Amino acid sequence: MIWSSFLFLLCSLLAGGFAIAVVLSNNIVRMAFYLVLSLSATAGLFFLAGADFVGAMQLMIYVGGTLVLLVFGVMLTAQTPFLAMRTSSGELLTALVVGGVLLFVLAFTVTNVPAWQPTNTPAVERNTPVVTAAPIGMALEGYRVDQLDQPDAELRQGMSGYLFPFLIVSVHLLVVLVGAAYLARARQAANDDVTNFPSEVRG
Amino acid sequence: MMLLASLLTEPIGVSHYMVVGAVLFTCGVICMATKRNALGVLMGIELVLNGANVNLVALGSPYLRGSEGSLGLDGQLMAMFVIVLAAAEAAVALAIALNFYNSLGSIDIDRADDLKG
Repeated sequence: MIWSSFLFLLCSLLAGGFAIAVVLSNNIVRMAFYLVLSLSATAGLFFLAGADFVGAMQLMIYVGGTLVLLVFGVMLTAQTPFLAMRTSSGELLTALVVGGVLLFVLAFTVTNVPAWQPTNTPAVERNTPVVTAAPIGMALEGYRVDQLDQPDAELRQGMSGYLFPFLIVSVHLLVVLVGAAYLARARQAANDDVTNFPSEVRG
Repeated sequence: MMLLASLLTEPIGVSHYMVVGAVLFTCGVICMATKRNALGVLMGIELVLNGANVNLVALGSPYLRGSEGSLGLDGQLMAMFVIVLAAAEAAVALAIALNFYNSLGSIDIDRADDLKG
């Protein structure tokens, strides 16, 4: 057994198993914990596929940022009646049947595409490390250093990098974070004496 | 079944990764459909986005595919954009969920059927 297959098996079983645990668990705090583990195992899958920068970003942004946000949301709303809200068993059964059919169709499809079958000719040697942080950074700045040897000159014209999507996504992030802060601001109560009549309270 | 049996002898291919992505996607869809807690629905969305990310990274991987026809770095860049959009979506959805909780005193999305102010 080759080690990459073993590590792939380990990471994929962890990711899929904890994802199933997220579905089957009723306790919202446990769901958040299982989600952290599942997404961390997914980062391991990214590393195994040679996407080191995306794996690191998965750990930093997703596990370190987004899920911490989710856990804060859980803590802010974790009243006892909402900690474990059960779905009715009929709904769960229907969802499991529909989900099983969906999973069967998807798995059947992806295992029957010839181009996606395991090949013995990877693009790089198995023992050469792939370093992607610098090419990704250059692509975000507008230069595709990985496409310099593209033989077709017309194709090379179109590979001008990701500067514009990068710009759009940064403005989008700024707007979204301002909007989130506006939505989640502490609302001042209308009958709050301190804010409406500060002099009376102070006097 | 053939795929699982060949896992131990053959190298990993794109389809192995895509099966994992399909499992994550299906779990996310079931989670979005059945959870009554709004934050549980959010976790389902995160799972769906991760399933998509696994597929994108696998299609762009230099280890799994030959250089011809591969997405190359494009797959990884798309996965990065998905991660950033997931962060933005989580921030806004969490703000909405907190507002919902503050005004209704509940996080049950079955009670979210009115748009009265």
